[in-house]
Amino acid sequence: MTNAALIKKKRNVQLMWVTICATFAVITVGTLAFLFYWIIVGGAEVISWSFITQMPEQNMTAGGIWPALVGTIYVSLLTIAISVPLGIGAAIYLNEYAKQGRLVRLIRLSIRNLSGVPSIVYGLFGLGLFAATFGFGRSLIAAALTLAIMVLPWVITGAEEALKAVPRSFREGGLALGATKWQTIRQLVLPSAIPGMATGAILGLARAAGETAPIILTGAAYFLPIIPHDIKEQFMALPYHLYILATQHSETATVRPIAYGTALVLIILVILLNSVAIFIRNYYRRKNELL
Amino acid sequence: MRLPSLKTNVDSNQSVVVTKQKLTQKSFVTNLGDYLMEKLFLVLGTLAIFILLLIVGFLFREGSDAIREVGISEFIFGQSWYPSSSDPRYGALPFIISSVMVTVGALLLAVPWGIFTAIFISEIAPKRLKEMLKPVVEVFAIFPSVVLGFIALIVISPIVANVFNLSNGLTAITASVILSVMALPTIISIAEDSLNSVPSDFKEGAYALGATKWEVIKDISLPAAKSGIIAAVMLGFGRAVGETMTVLMAAGNAIDMPVQQLLGLTIPDFLTSVRTLTANIAIEGSDVAWGSLHYSALFVVGMILFVITFIVNLIADLLINRQRGALRND
Repeated sequence: MTNAALIKKKRNVQLMWVTICATFAVITVGTLAFLFYWIIVGGAEVISWSFITQMPEQNMTAGGIWPALVGTIYVSLLTIAISVPLGIGAAIYLNEYAKQGRLVRLIRLSIRNLSGVPSIVYGLFGLGLFAATFGFGRSLIAAALTLAIMVLPWVITGAEEALKAVPRSFREGGLALGATKWQTIRQLVLPSAIPGMATGAILGLARAAGETAPIILTGAAYFLPIIPHDIKEQFMALPYHLYILATQHSETATVRPIAYGTALVLIILVILLNSVAIFIRNYYRRKNELL
Repeated sequence: MRLPSLKTNVDSNQSVVVTKQKLTQKSFVTNLGDYLMEKLFLVLGTLAIFILLLIVGFLFREGSDAIREVGISEFIFGQSWYPSSSDPRYGALPFIISSVMVTVGALLLAVPWGIFTAIFISEIAPKRLKEMLKPVVEVFAIFPSVVLGFIALIVISPIVANVFNLSNGLTAITASVILSVMALPTIISIAEDSLNSVPSDFKEGAYALGATKWEVIKDISLPAAKSGIIAAVMLGFGRAVGETMTVLMAAGNAIDMPVQQLLGLTIPDFLTSVRTLTANIAIEGSDVAWGSLHYSALFVVGMILFVITFIVNLIADLLINRQRGALRND
């Protein structure tokens, strides 16, 4: 084979493979676009202010999704209120106090493994421990505790990244001035790490808001058109509501538009939370770069 | 204040100690506070270990009744699951097979899809396109699984019913298709990380020898990133096998063995309704009587699921660490 022919052949082989890679990348983008298109077109017809703020009526075939939205907000906020202090504490230990050794390796291995445990197993665990053993029953608090444990690995990782971004000189400066370790952390390290931690917390919030499997077992109600007043009450939640409307309702065809609307509201909620988190992250990253 | 001399005689050493004491003199309360905070953070830091142990311990504790009464071999090899019959059966084999089938089917789609996309993002796309594609992958990862399940129900299942001429499109293959979308972001991001971690001098050396871009990808980047890419597939497996809502909504949830006879062989049937381990827990867990044998049996199902994902994630973890170590030493 001549040199020119060899080069040509190589070029063709390369062109083929690059085209294959590019095709798959286009399919990836196309799939995402399709998912959004489908939900937006289906949901835009029913979504309105009254759809969001009204109670479901006539066995969920009419009315809105207000209690499900409120239930999701309640359970997510409660989840974050539990998991963020624990997660930040764990991250402070790992990043500020711990000496790199077997204990830390074991902790990190546990964190990574916890993030791989299926959400339904967390649900089962929460059902057995919080609902049955602790006697909370199927309730807002049982669901929130379960979700809190589930999002903990992400909160820890997020908080640790935030702490890592704080320059070492901050700590050295504090200690050199005679401050104790805790004084240094509280007054110098934490204030500059808080935006990063907020990012992690909001991402955890988004995850808790979109999660369904654990709350099926631990507290979500099929139909409960009231706003929960107590953490020991059951609650409606957007993702579970969508599941019910899509598969469990006696007239799934009739409630299909409401299911679309619910899906759209859920997607908007999750994307909004993620956008806020990313915005905070980028804003402070740029600010830190200027320092 | 006298500056401590650098000479190492006893006197000056003492004065260093004294000076240091003065400098670091703090109230008892401050010191106590510091001590207590350190201990508090130690407790919180080890929380992840405790939670992991608690989950394992709890699954075993709650599941032990069923294991004692039914036997672990019946759970793993028993072919029928009739928890509420007068002669209850607790064979989880149909669920295990369904979980593996649906997951393997998903990976057959998601692995080439994810790896080729990762190669494109990491090696081929120009920088600006890369910056646009990365958020796309991130958005995939935040899609709530119940929404994807809904899409499977209304979009994929009618297509499957049409193509294969079935009366009901809720089958293993429907679940596989939507699960591949769920596993995709995991596979892309881990594979891409591992391709990015290949040192650029490896590639530059090959370019200098006259290799084309594709030859560099095929002969340098992919082999160097091999462990990480296998880890991406393993994590994708773990993600898919543990996924509940999409399979619950897309797979149809029949409790029979998902197999058919073909030429005297028993082979998995992808065109039939299946129920996975996760779906079974979700379906039966919401109204099971606490403390009953059935309740305990569900914890055994959870245990099987936990063991599968734990092993898969552990292997993935080892592979990622191995690649990091290998590339660092080189």
